[in-house]
Parts: sequence; structure tokens; C-alpha cells
Amino acid sequence: MAAADREPIIIVENLTARFGDDTILEGINLTVLPGEILVIIGESGCGKTVLLKHMIGLFTPCEGRVLVKGINLAGASDAERRRLRMEIGVLFQSGALFGSMTLAENIGLPISEYTSLPPEMIDLVVKMKLGLVNLAGHEHHMPAELSGGMKKRAALARAMALDPSILFFDEPSSGLDPVTAAGLDLLIKEINRILGTTMVIVTHELASIMNIAQRVVMLDKHVRGIIAEGDPRELKECSRDPRVIAFFNRQPPQTRTGDIHHG
Amino acid sequence: MTAPAERKSDLIRTRGERGETVKLLLSGRIALSSLGFYREEIRRRLEDLKPKELIVDLTNIEYLDSSGALLLLELERRAKDQAIVFSFDNMPDEVRHIMDLINPEALVATAAKTERKHGYVLEEIGEASEALYKDLIGVLTFVGEILDALFQAVRNPRLVRWEDVLFYVKRAGVDGLPILSLLSLLMGLIIAFMSSLQLKQFGANIYVASLVGIAIIRELGPMMTAIIVAGRSGSAFAAEIGTMKVNEEVDALVTMGFEPTQFLAVPKVLAAMIVVPILTLYSDFFGIAGGLLVGITGLDLTIHTYIQQTAKSVTLFDFGTSLFKSVVFAALIAGISCQRGLQVRGGAEAVGAATTSAVVSSIFLIIVADSAFAIIFYYVQW
Repeated sequence: MAAADREPIIIVENLTARFGDDTILEGINLTVLPGEILVIIGESGCGKTVLLKHMIGLFTPCEGRVLVKGINLAGASDAERRRLRMEIGVLFQSGALFGSMTLAENIGLPISEYTSLPPEMIDLVVKMKLGLVNLAGHEHHMPAELSGGMKKRAALARAMALDPSILFFDEPSSGLDPVTAAGLDLLIKEINRILGTTMVIVTHELASIMNIAQRVVMLDKHVRGIIAEGDPRELKECSRDPRVIAFFNRQPPQTRTGDIHHG
Repeated sequence: MTAPAERKSDLIRTRGERGETVKLLLSGRIALSSLGFYREEIRRRLEDLKPKELIVDLTNIEYLDSSGALLLLELERRAKDQAIVFSFDNMPDEVRHIMDLINPEALVATAAKTERKHGYVLEEIGEASEALYKDLIGVLTFVGEILDALFQAVRNPRLVRWEDVLFYVKRAGVDGLPILSLLSLLMGLIIAFMSSLQLKQFGANIYVASLVGIAIIRELGPMMTAIIVAGRSGSAFAAEIGTMKVNEEVDALVTMGFEPTQFLAVPKVLAAMIVVPILTLYSDFFGIAGGLLVGITGLDLTIHTYIQQTAKSVTLFDFGTSLFKSVVFAALIAGISCQRGLQVRGGAEAVGAATTSAVVSSIFLIIVADSAFAIIFYYVQW
């Protein structure tokens, strides 16, 4: 099915995010189509995570609105919010696994909260989810006993616990070695391809962007909004915007280069 | 959202005779939310039909996610366990791909359990003793470190972060005044009231003042103050340092060349040693005031008589020992709390455990030290 034929699964309309006197994002308009992998990129501090947290309902927009599957999280009723929570999974930057629970308990928690499955079935679903992220046999391990990559994969298993239709990732490959990061990227692509899960990913890892992104949205902290959007390869090769070129070619900011020249 | 019962059960149809080849036609959305229904309904139908061969037809499946695929795999496994010939019919490619995603070995993998194993009683006693021994060694090592750090602080006061000391003096001392004064006043009231019930019978009302004065100054003032400081500040010290450990802030200090004991523990210990004796005097004052209230309202004593009797009963030695004890209690509370914080390994749960342990260990040490002081002071002067 052509992308243009599909109804957007997430709509961000005229979003403004402000903290005190600091305006982080201003007048953002963005849509995410079902089944696509959208990657939000930009330099540190440009508001990528702020945008993501608005999409998952952790932040309420100062202006504008965010519709996820047609529901405005800011004004949603408890029942709508609960229904939507089942439809979205989030992988936080740190993994955010509960340190006092085993992996099985971490993954089983949303399942037991949102379904009435018997414990043996929950155990089986947990095992299956751990198998999906190549962590079979680790269900009784505590998060503190795992490496960084394993924690990320376990957190992904928890994010996928309820088979959500949208998965959000905040810096999925940060702190991982290139091989582990590439493995996680592959897993993300596989889940998207086979399960059709929509993915919204915040990252500034170039390798990941080129590897997994179907569409890229670039934010800029001076504009406080979107400065580029499109296929990552096209942006890298064809964009004439110096900020986009600098990002994809890993060039330091102009001012600093100037300082060095004059210094 | 929930379909009527008759329609919902239509999602699973069966064709074939009991004990023969049965075709199971599945339709609808097989997802985590409907997994319980499909699983239970299929189990019930198969128990009724007891097929020799089972064919699962997936032509009319509208939607299936990984949980749905898990249901199909589990159905296949159970059929094979019961020696039923099993096959899928009309499986769409999408469903096959999802089923391929699931690793069947993961479903039966033996978990590498790290749960506490239940050993023999002797083994558990041995493990507990070893843990106690290690804890004791840890405490003694820390005592050595803190004494060394304090000794260096005396030799070179510039090593001490005095801004931090003042901050903790305020937090442990000034901020704790309201609760301490209220509890001390009530404690004085209770002792005076309870003792007056007995002493009244002998016409010895005046000795209520002596009893309250001696009890508060020698024992209850320092003890109450120490317990409140342990609860308020000891727990805060342990939680603060424990959280810093979890966030690798303590490691950062070490890599920057700071000694964590000197940097984190010494200001807290010094602040506690400065502020707890002052709080103890404050507590003594309010405790005696509580007794005075009972004396003048319930025992017909005048303020002058009560204070004179208290002054007659309490010696300067009592004040001295009270303050000395409070300094020792302060060092014990702050020291053990910082040590418990620095012991934290792991995550949020370990911080909670360290906080609890800091308070329990502080109170334990306060009572042990107080018992030792009771014996020592008995022989020094009574």
C-alpha cells in the first residue's frame, strides 16, 4: 500500500513546548504513517526527546496538540488513555528496567496489568518476548546482572510486551558498542518488517540513522522546529542546507571552526 | 468492545467427527487481549472432540501478532504431546513470518535462576555469619578511614568542606527543632504524669521534678535526640550517598582524585557532632518544661519550687555526661549512615535497603553505646 494512501497514526499539530521562559519547540507539524520507521535527528539540545515525550504523553503541549491513533492524549479520558497505553511501547534511553524485579517480572508487569491471562500463559509470553530479543533463559536475572546491550534488549522486550502498534525509542544505541548497536538496529528492522510495528526513533547515531530510517525529520535548536525531512540518503547526498550537511558529515559548528582559524 | 458470547464463539469453528480428523477454523483477531479467550475455547473444543488428527485452518485470520503466533505454536506443541497428528492449513505468509520470529527453544529454555537457593539451616547460618563478619570488617575499615580523615581535618582544617558542614548543621539541626521540641515536651509530660500517680500516694510530689530532671538529662534527652537524628538525618545521609553511588557520582569523585570519605562523610559527621549536643540541650530543656507543666497544673507545685528541686537533683556531671554521650551518638549515627550509603551496589532497591539499614544500625549502636556508658559512668561517679 502506498504511504500516501494511509491515514497517519500520529499527528503532531502546531506543537509548542515551553519550560519556563525557554521555548524548546515552536509550531511543529508532523505526521507518522502506520508501519513506517521515522527517525528524529538533530544536535544535542534541539528538543528531540521533548518531542518524543509529547508523543507518548509524558509532556502536555503548551500549544497545539498530539493525536496518537486519533486520540489527543492531553484531553483523553482514563479509558482512552488506558487503551492507548496498550498500543504504545517505549524504550527509554537508560532502559528504565525496574531494578528490584527480575526480567520476567519486568516484562510480565504490563501483561498482568492489562490482561487477565493465567500466570503460566504470562510466563510463556514472557519467554517468547525474551526469545525475540535473544535473551532466552535470562528471565530470572536481575537488571543489575546484565550488560548494557542486554539491558537495552530486555527493555525492548518489555516495551513489546503488549504487542503495541507503535514503538518509541529514545537513543536506542547510546552507550552500546557498534556490533551490539548494529544488532539492535537489525532487531528493530525485523520487528518493523514482520510485525508491521510503527517505529519512532530519536537518535543522533549516524550509522543507525542510515541503517534503519525510512524517513528522517531533523530538528534545529535555533529554529526550534523542523529544518529538513525526507529519505536519509537523499538528505545526506542532495541537501544544500549547511546544517544538514554539517550533521551528516559530522562537521563541528562554524563558529568554533572560525575561532580556531582566528586563534 | 466485547462481542456477544454467541458471536465471539463463532470465531472458532470445528468440522469433523469426535475421535477422527478435526478441522479447526480460526478467524478474527488473535492478539494478547484475546489470547485467553482463544486458548480456553480451543482447549474446551478439543477436550470434547478428542481428535486423532487436527488441522488448523488460518484462512480467515484478520490479525495476528506475536502472542497469536505463540498460541498457534503452543497448540502445535500440546497436540504433539498428546500424539495428535497436527498440521496448519492455508497459513498466510505474514503469519508464517511471525511464527518464524519466535524461537521455540526460548519457550522451553531452562532459566538460569539466580534466586536465593534454600540450603540447609547450617549453611544459612554459615552464610549469615559470613555476611555479619564482612559487615563488621566493612564497619571497622570505615571507622579507620573516618578517624584518619577526621585526624587530617584537625591537622589541616582547610581540607574540610565547611560550606557543606554548615548546610548539614542546618538540615540536621535547625530543621529538626520543631519535631524534637514537641516530642521532648511530650516525653517530659508523660514521665511526670506517670510518676506523679505513684509518688502522690506517698506525698512525694516534689520528687517528680527530680525524677523528670535526672531521667531526661541523663538518659532520655540524649537518647531521644539521637533516635530522631537517626530517623531524620541518618536516613537522608545514607540515601544521598547511596544515590550518588548508583549514579556513579562517587566513582567520578574517585577519578577526580577526591577521597569519598573525606569529601562526603566528614562534613556530615562533623555537622552531626556539632549539632546533636546542641539539640540534646534543647531536648533537655523541653523535657523539663513538660514535667514542669504537669507539676504546676496537676501537683500544686510552684515554678520556683519545681526548678529549685530539679537544680538540686541534677549535677554538672550529669550535663557533662549527657553532652559527651550525644557527641558519641552523633558520630555513630553519621558514620554508620555514610558507611551504609557507600556500601550501596545496584539500583534503587539497594538505596532503600541502605537507608533502612542506616536507621536500624544507628539505633542499635545508640542503645549498645548507651548501655556501655551506663556501666562506665556508674564506676566513674554516681
